[in-house]
Amino acid sequence: MGATSSHNNLLPHLFRQEYAKMTAVICRHFGLNHIAVAEDIASDTFLKASEHWALNGIPENPVAWLYAVAKNKAKDYLRHLHVVQNHSERNNSLVEEPAIDVEIDERIIRDSQLAMIFAVCNPAIPPEGQICLALQVLCGFSLQEISNAFLTNRETIKKRLQRARQHLRNNEFSLEHLSEKHIASRLDTVLKTIYLLFNEGYFSETHPSAIRKDLCSEAVRLALILTENSLTCTPKVNALLALMCFQISRLEARINAEGKTVLFEEQDRKMWDQQMINLGNYYLIAATEGNDISKYHLEAGIAYWHTTEDKNKWQHILRLYNQLILIEYSPMTALSRAFAISKVYGNSEAISEVEKLQLDSIYHYYALLGYLHSTIDKKKAIENYEKAISLTTSPAAKQRLTEEMARLQ
Amino acid sequence: MKEFALIFRLKDIADFKPSPEQMQERMNWLAGIAAQNKLVDKGNTLLPVKGSAKVVKADRVVTDGPYTEIKEFISGYVIIRAENIDEAVEIAKGNPIFEQVGGNIEIREVLKRD
Repeated sequence: MGATSSHNNLLPHLFRQEYAKMTAVICRHFGLNHIAVAEDIASDTFLKASEHWALNGIPENPVAWLYAVAKNKAKDYLRHLHVVQNHSERNNSLVEEPAIDVEIDERIIRDSQLAMIFAVCNPAIPPEGQICLALQVLCGFSLQEISNAFLTNRETIKKRLQRARQHLRNNEFSLEHLSEKHIASRLDTVLKTIYLLFNEGYFSETHPSAIRKDLCSEAVRLALILTENSLTCTPKVNALLALMCFQISRLEARINAEGKTVLFEEQDRKMWDQQMINLGNYYLIAATEGNDISKYHLEAGIAYWHTTEDKNKWQHILRLYNQLILIEYSPMTALSRAFAISKVYGNSEAISEVEKLQLDSIYHYYALLGYLHSTIDKKKAIENYEKAISLTTSPAAKQRLTEEMARLQ
Repeated sequence: MKEFALIFRLKDIADFKPSPEQMQERMNWLAGIAAQNKLVDKGNTLLPVKGSAKVVKADRVVTDGPYTEIKEFISGYVIIRAENIDEAVEIAKGNPIFEQVGGNIEIREVLKRD
């Protein structure tokens, strides 16, 4: 009984981690246009594991067991292919079976996974398709899990995946030889996909916290794979990792027991994960090699200052936001920058800055104005909070804004 | 939306090296334009110093400068996006150099070649 319940716990966890790796390794043998075959073999392997382990208990080395089974299934498939081909050539005499070798070792597993990341992050696939594909192919998420993560129905996700997979299959991309050319031309897309994946987990106000943590840790896992290869361990990759580590250090403090977002200033600093902050510092230092200053560097710098108690930290943060908005405009960066202005120059100054932004279609705009007015003009603050509430569909955001308003009345 | 070049002129070469505080204010102004998604090109600084500035005049006479203390010189430019020249003027008025050191900003609508 004990064995059964522990195998029930172990399998889904292993499944996620190993399914994606296994698919990549098998795909390396069969080519990307046969990705479906590779996925079938990986699924069959896990199915066999669930049956076998339930009866016989968990083997001593579950991962090695899985790969041994997968390897045999891959060989069977190649043998079957061989027979079918011979048959179609009307060659009925018994042919000697070719030496079929499916090589699997740690290096191959690592290289295949890295190559698969670059295969998935094809600039021809739209970003949302890429993230779905990454979750499916690189992270082993099921269709249902991806639909849950995006709060979208299965059909929509299915279509998105179908289109994305078409690109993947038709792609002249060899998993066996990940070229420097491919790395150079796709690394930015890879980083963007990882960044979006992380943000989907970190900033969403609607996901249950378990899904949010999953998405964040998957993003980190993918970035870590990039750091293991000297060609892909660039300052930008380290900067993105630093950013994610700093953000994750606050993940526990950021979501309360009811799954609601706790604002930065109200977070219990004792809940910040010092180990993640140290890791963030480590990667931030690694990111300073070379002269490249990417948006990941700037965002990591901002996240770093947030972890400190330095009396000039908001000056530093504002300076970094200034640089960030010059590199890439985004409404959220513009609003965050205005918040930093309020910390350095006061709320009135920030209000006039926010009012220039013309972002009156997003609720964060009015939420920030509400916050800034709250120390100056309560009536205006409430008006802005009301507008913010009318613009958001997120129940969590509505509730938080209502609470803010109640505090003023 | 139209595009406008804002051309900065300073009066004194001594003003060319801003203090860290002045620099921060100038950056705030520039980033403030970017935050409105109205910055087309953050432009460049044009060095007025010896060895970096020359003028070719009629008959291809070459002179040094204009690194002088007595007449104003162009120190840089940015390109912004605005509905009309009045909006561009308002944006230029917010530039901190007027409080910091004086000088002027010329606003010119960009007529694109091709």
